[in-house]
Amino acid sequence: MKSNSAAVLSLTLLAGLLAAVPACADDAAPACDVPAYLLTTESALPKVADALKTGHPLDILVVGSRSSTINTSDGSAYPGRLQAVLRERLPSVAVNVSVELQVKKTAEEVAAGLVKLVEGKRPTLVIWQTGTYDAMRSIDPDDFRGAVDEGVAALQNAGTDVILMNLQYSPRTETMISAPPYLDNMRVVAQQHDVPLFDRFAIMRHWNDAGDFDLFSASHGLDLAKRVHDCLGRALSKFVIDAAHPAQQN
Amino acid sequence: MTSIADRVAGPTRAEPADAIAPAAAASAPAISLPVGGERELRLDLFRGMALWLIFIDHLPPNLLTWFTIRNYGFSDATEIFIFISGYTAAFVYGRAMLEAGFVVATARILRRVWQIYVAHVFLFTIFLAEISYVATSFENPLYSEEMGIMDFLKQPDVTIIQALLLRFRPVNMDVLPLYIVLMLFLPLILWLMKWRADVTLALSVALYAVTWQYDLYLSAYPNGFWAFNPLAWQLLFVFGAWCALGGARRMSRILSSRITLGISFAYLFAAFCVTLTWYFPQLNHLMPRRVEQWMYPINKTDLDVLRFAHFLALAAITVRFLPKDWPGLKSPWLKPLILCGQHSLEIFCLGVFLAFAGHFVLAEISGGAGLHFIISISGIVIMSGMAWVISWYKHSADKSASRTKSTGGNADMAGGG
Repeated sequence: MKSNSAAVLSLTLLAGLLAAVPACADDAAPACDVPAYLLTTESALPKVADALKTGHPLDILVVGSRSSTINTSDGSAYPGRLQAVLRERLPSVAVNVSVELQVKKTAEEVAAGLVKLVEGKRPTLVIWQTGTYDAMRSIDPDDFRGAVDEGVAALQNAGTDVILMNLQYSPRTETMISAPPYLDNMRVVAQQHDVPLFDRFAIMRHWNDAGDFDLFSASHGLDLAKRVHDCLGRALSKFVIDAAHPAQQN
Repeated sequence: MTSIADRVAGPTRAEPADAIAPAAAASAPAISLPVGGERELRLDLFRGMALWLIFIDHLPPNLLTWFTIRNYGFSDATEIFIFISGYTAAFVYGRAMLEAGFVVATARILRRVWQIYVAHVFLFTIFLAEISYVATSFENPLYSEEMGIMDFLKQPDVTIIQALLLRFRPVNMDVLPLYIVLMLFLPLILWLMKWRADVTLALSVALYAVTWQYDLYLSAYPNGFWAFNPLAWQLLFVFGAWCALGGARRMSRILSSRITLGISFAYLFAAFCVTLTWYFPQLNHLMPRRVEQWMYPINKTDLDVLRFAHFLALAAITVRFLPKDWPGLKSPWLKPLILCGQHSLEIFCLGVFLAFAGHFVLAEISGGAGLHFIISISGIVIMSGMAWVISWYKHSADKSASRTKSTGGNADMAGGG
């Protein structure tokens, strides 16, 4: 057993040395900064860009599941924060964010009703947050991809810009909900339709790893949820503005 | 990163009679078995390594995760594990089938299947306890949607029965059910192999193709599908069996050719470049869109061809550069790995349990990266220690048993999960 532990110990040291390299690359950032690459997209938002240029009102519709809200009514969930930050940063544009919650519905069920939602509200941009409920019910990822694909196509046909938003990073339920297939498939659909993907999962994981938020802990109250949603709203507003002005990034 | 699987019976360089693989080429009609004797340590080594990697992959990502092969290519430890399991199972029970006949071999295989099933149910019990605890103690408004996953606890009767039917399988508990199904079909596979090994492999490839063509899958509870589709993953298992029963030797010329080596290296390098773009999204724009659209998603459920090819390339290179008489295999440094590989079912279960436990500790104590690292390392130390204890039982505490030289069907050697 002696040799065993010696082997393991030295492996440990070696591992520590080598592993320190990638770890150092990611310095802890001050409160909820998002590294630029997580907010960079090659896809554009032409309708939003138009609205910003011409000063037309910018109507944004968030279609999402329960993770697009928290149990308060004062606009502290990310759609409300998005509206507040956009109004602040775009004083010349009338920004209006509305939310359409589709609780306990799979992407397939939501996709079927998307056109109707858009016809009613005629938004410039639809932010479609999906994947969580499908992952929880372990819907066949191929079916999921088909549904998201269909939904995005329908939205584009209806003449709106689209942003896809993926799952929350939820370390505590990681042993129960398998997110990767759904994350992968959303990325694929976003690429195929050339729509920006707001990688909520990677962003929240970055915050957790960087120590901005402890998302693992069990007993956080509403306060943590509010702060996370505030950060998400700010990141999302930057994402929207950058995608509408692709020239600024280069 | 080295973790790779390999095939044995066909040494790439013809090693003279050194007891293990070659020999007995002419013994059986359609298949040939290597003579028994010493264990093939490379198999144990790589299976042990696969077990460690599976354990690390089951923990939340941390420093050690950078050492798992899934970060450097398409395939991961599961491929290694299933291949080696197919190899060793065919090796052990194939001999039993030749020596003692179909009925006896089948009986032994079924006993093994039962052991694996019991192990799976045991793990499920632990999982249920962990989940129930998490469900009752977790209140975070940020994750109120995700908490809906606990709804199955409201119907424990249905859930438990579905778990016993292998239809309800929590995340990270997918490998054992896959292994149970594959082992159930092992008698048939071996029987076919005895008749015509190559035809059996061809049938396996055909089943794989049909699975992809018609999108066949096994459904799960409450909905969804098996995360490892046995209809697709059987290909690796049967391929392992085929290699064990003489295929590897027949392939040795292909394996030792420079062209194979070149292709393998080129493919591994390409896969490595692709995986780089996953971890450094900054590089993503370097990937041609057309390639992306053709390649993604890389389907793990149905054992994507890209994954299978990646495994083959790793295996080819390993066999080439790691001869089975490599002195390092006897070194005490690799002993923990080899011991773990020799008791794979027990150590696999322990690994799954430790991953649950690690999760639990991380959830209760917010210790950050340091604690994370300590948990990973202690898990590996515990796995190695347990493997050592088990082998001590086998060789010292239980001496009489080990003296009866196994006549094939030695469950331990065919172990795995």
